[in-house]
Amino acid sequence: MARYFTEEHEWIEVDGEAATIGITDYAQEQLGDVVFVEVPQTGTALEKGAEAAVVESVKAASDVYAPISGEVLEGNGALEADPELVNSSPEDEGWFFKMTVADKSELEGLMDAAAYKAFCDGL
Amino acid sequence: MRYLPLTEADRTEMLSVIGAPSVDALFSDVPSDLYLEGPITGLPLHASEMAVEKHMRRLAGQNLAASDAAFFLGAGAYKHHVPATVDHLIQRGEFLTAYTPYQPEIAQGTLQILFEFQTQVARLYGCAVANASMYDGSTACWEAVAMAARVTRKKRHVLSGALHPHYAEVVRTMAKFTEDEIAGASVSLTALPDDDGLIARIDANTASVVVQYPDILGRIPDLQKIADAAHAHGAKLIVVNTEPVALGALEAPGHLGADIVVGEGQSIGVGLQFGGPYLGLFAITDPKLVRQMPGRLCGETVDANGKRGFVLTLSTREQHIRREKATSNICTNSGLCALAFSIHMTLLGEKGLTGLAAENHRLACIAADRLAKVPGVTVLNAQFFNEFTLLVEGDARQIVRDLAAQNILAGVSLARLFPDGDARGLLVAVTETTTLEDIETLAAALEEMLS
Amino acid sequence: MNKPINQSGWKPGTPVASDGSAHPTVTGNKALMLEEPLIFESGGADICGVDLPETPTDLPSRLGAFARKDAIGLPGLSEPQTVRHYTRLSRQNYGIDLGFFPLGSCTMKHNPRLNEKVARMPGFADVHPMQPTDTVQGALGVMNELAHWLITLTGMHGVAMSPKAGAHGELCGILCIRAALEARGDARKVVLVPESAHGTNPATAAFAGYSTEDIPATAEGRVDLEALKARLGPDVAAVMITNPNTCGLFERDLKEISDAVHAAGGFVYCDGANFNAIMGRVKPGDLGVDAMHINLHKTFSTPHGGGGPGSGPVVLSEALSPFGPLPFTAKTADGYVHLVEEENAQEYDHVQAFGRMTAFHGQMGMFTRALTYILSHGADGLRQAAGDAVLNANYILRQLESDLDAPFAASGPCMHEALFSDAGFAEGFSTLDLAKGLIDEGFHPMTVYFPLVVHGAMLVEPTETEAKSGIDQFIMAMRSLAERAKAGDAALKSAPHHAPRARLDEAQAARNPRLTWSAPDET
Repeated sequence: MARYFTEEHEWIEVDGEAATIGITDYAQEQLGDVVFVEVPQTGTALEKGAEAAVVESVKAASDVYAPISGEVLEGNGALEADPELVNSSPEDEGWFFKMTVADKSELEGLMDAAAYKAFCDGL
Repeated sequence: MRYLPLTEADRTEMLSVIGAPSVDALFSDVPSDLYLEGPITGLPLHASEMAVEKHMRRLAGQNLAASDAAFFLGAGAYKHHVPATVDHLIQRGEFLTAYTPYQPEIAQGTLQILFEFQTQVARLYGCAVANASMYDGSTACWEAVAMAARVTRKKRHVLSGALHPHYAEVVRTMAKFTEDEIAGASVSLTALPDDDGLIARIDANTASVVVQYPDILGRIPDLQKIADAAHAHGAKLIVVNTEPVALGALEAPGHLGADIVVGEGQSIGVGLQFGGPYLGLFAITDPKLVRQMPGRLCGETVDANGKRGFVLTLSTREQHIRREKATSNICTNSGLCALAFSIHMTLLGEKGLTGLAAENHRLACIAADRLAKVPGVTVLNAQFFNEFTLLVEGDARQIVRDLAAQNILAGVSLARLFPDGDARGLLVAVTETTTLEDIETLAAALEEMLS
Repeated sequence: MNKPINQSGWKPGTPVASDGSAHPTVTGNKALMLEEPLIFESGGADICGVDLPETPTDLPSRLGAFARKDAIGLPGLSEPQTVRHYTRLSRQNYGIDLGFFPLGSCTMKHNPRLNEKVARMPGFADVHPMQPTDTVQGALGVMNELAHWLITLTGMHGVAMSPKAGAHGELCGILCIRAALEARGDARKVVLVPESAHGTNPATAAFAGYSTEDIPATAEGRVDLEALKARLGPDVAAVMITNPNTCGLFERDLKEISDAVHAAGGFVYCDGANFNAIMGRVKPGDLGVDAMHINLHKTFSTPHGGGGPGSGPVVLSEALSPFGPLPFTAKTADGYVHLVEEENAQEYDHVQAFGRMTAFHGQMGMFTRALTYILSHGADGLRQAAGDAVLNANYILRQLESDLDAPFAASGPCMHEALFSDAGFAEGFSTLDLAKGLIDEGFHPMTVYFPLVVHGAMLVEPTETEAKSGIDQFIMAMRSLAERAKAGDAALKSAPHHAPRARLDEAQAARNPRLTWSAPDET
């Protein structure tokens, strides 16, 4: 398993042919209290960079983009009832959706944990 | 100038703090060749309260007030008695001169009233959720069409021919720019609305079906039948109501299969005002679609001490946050009109609204029966609430103009409403403000004119 | 899924043992501050505040099969109870009548009561929009006279009166631009919006079918002229610009911007929300503007009413006027004012109208108020009002620039609003805390977190109707609060302490929306 990060403050954990996507601790901190999450339907085909999910706090609404291309395997249904999971456990229970990895080479441009930390420190 | 508190001494002192030689110097960023050195010429200078009032009173005097005539106009704006309490309360400065309640700690008055208003509207319409109001019925109608397109991801909308033509025109205007397809129809002058003709126009690409209840001719469509047909094609039923008093007597659209119910709230508390400001009402039956709804919403919450309170909520749907992805570009509701509606509705309550509706219907039945006896006049409607259509042997529009000279405002001619409207058509509205004498006056005048 | 929001279940009317204050009362009331339950808790289906004629029950019905079967569920109150309910609630609101309301960009100025009196004259309040035009010459005359003022003050060619509010007017202006471009067969796709724009601007452009692109601001808070010029081209339909802009500054390059936009075949839309600062001082038409909405509820003091109704007439250049929506008024040589609608647009050479934005003719009740306000001021008074509004804002800017960070203080005089930021506040303290502190000091907060180009923005708009003594007291309060925010005073973090409610839990309201009342056993 390997975890990658994007400049849009998303994390993507790849486990074989499947990947799990969420937003980072830094992102939830910036958003504040998350009040609503809309996750994609199973089976949705996503191009890299496409709008995949929506996350809303009291004062802001952000799109979550597909960091790679693939097909949605599952959305995190728990977020419908408990959007605050994104605040309390952003990089674990607060995951957004799982998808297939259509093209492994798309992972190459992404950051690892150390590079992402450096990226955030520079903001 | 009586509204400007600064004295010359104040101005001098303030300019010295700023370090500017004059007020004009503060406009130094305006290109000097375009800066106006003095008052614009050709416009009058300031005037006393007395002088302005006199000028405005003269203009007001050039209008025939509804209360000074035998009055029968409707077509989306209705004359009802508004209790004196309503106008007194909405003129309290804390309501009149407040802003949108973005600082909820010092706006609980406005917010609690919006919460009450939303509940009143939702119940009146038989819906789960209502918003805090929109500009007016016609713009609410367009917003409903746009919402149906968002929810169904389809772009074809079937409009009943008996939808208020101004509403249809607003929808057509907006749809040109959003590239939605509007399938309209001309209105047919039949005793019952053409529900089957409307249903026949619904297809699999249809996002919404828009039907007015009661319709522009005063007839009452069979909403459940239309709803079933719309839903069978995956379309949303939008019901438009322009006379909320009717819902004191008629079944609520939300109980008859409507998905979105919108309308004009002017009848309750607001007054005619030559067309505005009015009050757009907007409600939905499925609460899961609330995030697709336009307009402001007020919700219940608690404060830091655990006390119940209210806030504007779900504001991430709105343009100041979502910018180009907002559900609508509207950022104003019709707050003071919503307050007037809510106060009037509270004074009425269940008993008052149903009683008011019964009285409207009673007088309308009397008027229809009396006018039907006028030679050359036929009542079109098999059913109606407080408004119905007459067919007169003559040019209804000219008749209306001629009767106005006798202080009779006889109704709205179909030729005025529809560019290709039947010249014989005359829409007549009767409310609790109409007296038996008014009805006799109109009937007698028509008898004389048509003889 | 409905979780209880109000854990304690407390509502007005229930006894309380402690409300967190030093001297709790058993009712929860605090002398003049009275708690008030919802009408659904206090009213009843049989209680009625109006007298109705006794309607016989055995009436013929023409409702067919559609008569209502079940109760609606509307509670009523008697007249005295109604008066109390709304009077008590009103006292939980802040309004201009009560105190200083420096809400930037919103122009909360005094609302003269003459305007209210005039709007209620039966000849204006009690006329139907579809009456024969012979019977409403005075009402059409008001529209026509106000239109003349708006055109003359702005130096424009025509005006569309029907838009219902600022955002509606903005949409009207952009639709005129699109109609004009389409009429010449020009399918441009992009609208340029400076990053300091109002949030409605991108929403409006998107609705009209345009994609938007941001134009950056310069370090001094104005549109970057060179960046804008560089982006102009055959795909740009319009530039939407706010002048004075949302940083409170006059866009001194607007004429040059307009000339460049016109040379590239596009149009200039000006957001007129801030026209109050420049009325009678410079005409937007002279600056090359093609369309501008005017918020009658800001500039011409029609009341904000707790969130509306507004009114947003749009003045138009000669190039755009033929495309303005129906209806409008036209006065002929005989003095008669005609209403131009769909049926007679041809007679008035207005067949290119892009359509209709609303039923009927616009916000008549706002037109009478605005015209009354304008006639009271006259050309000299309006010019003076703009001057005093700008003087008051500059006075506040210079009095507070050493207490608070004022990012554009060096950019020259401000217009009618002064902009500050939260730079220098203690760790964990923000603009919101200062705003809530202002509530305790008896002021309505300024606009916060807007414009977005400044971190923790505070936009202060005093308007011209504030006396110097009130402004000086505000300055004193702001200095004290700035000091507390810099020192990290914990009490400020939990302000307000003296308002009808403490800070409200907005996250809970949004997570679990409770938007209508239902009886406790229904949830």
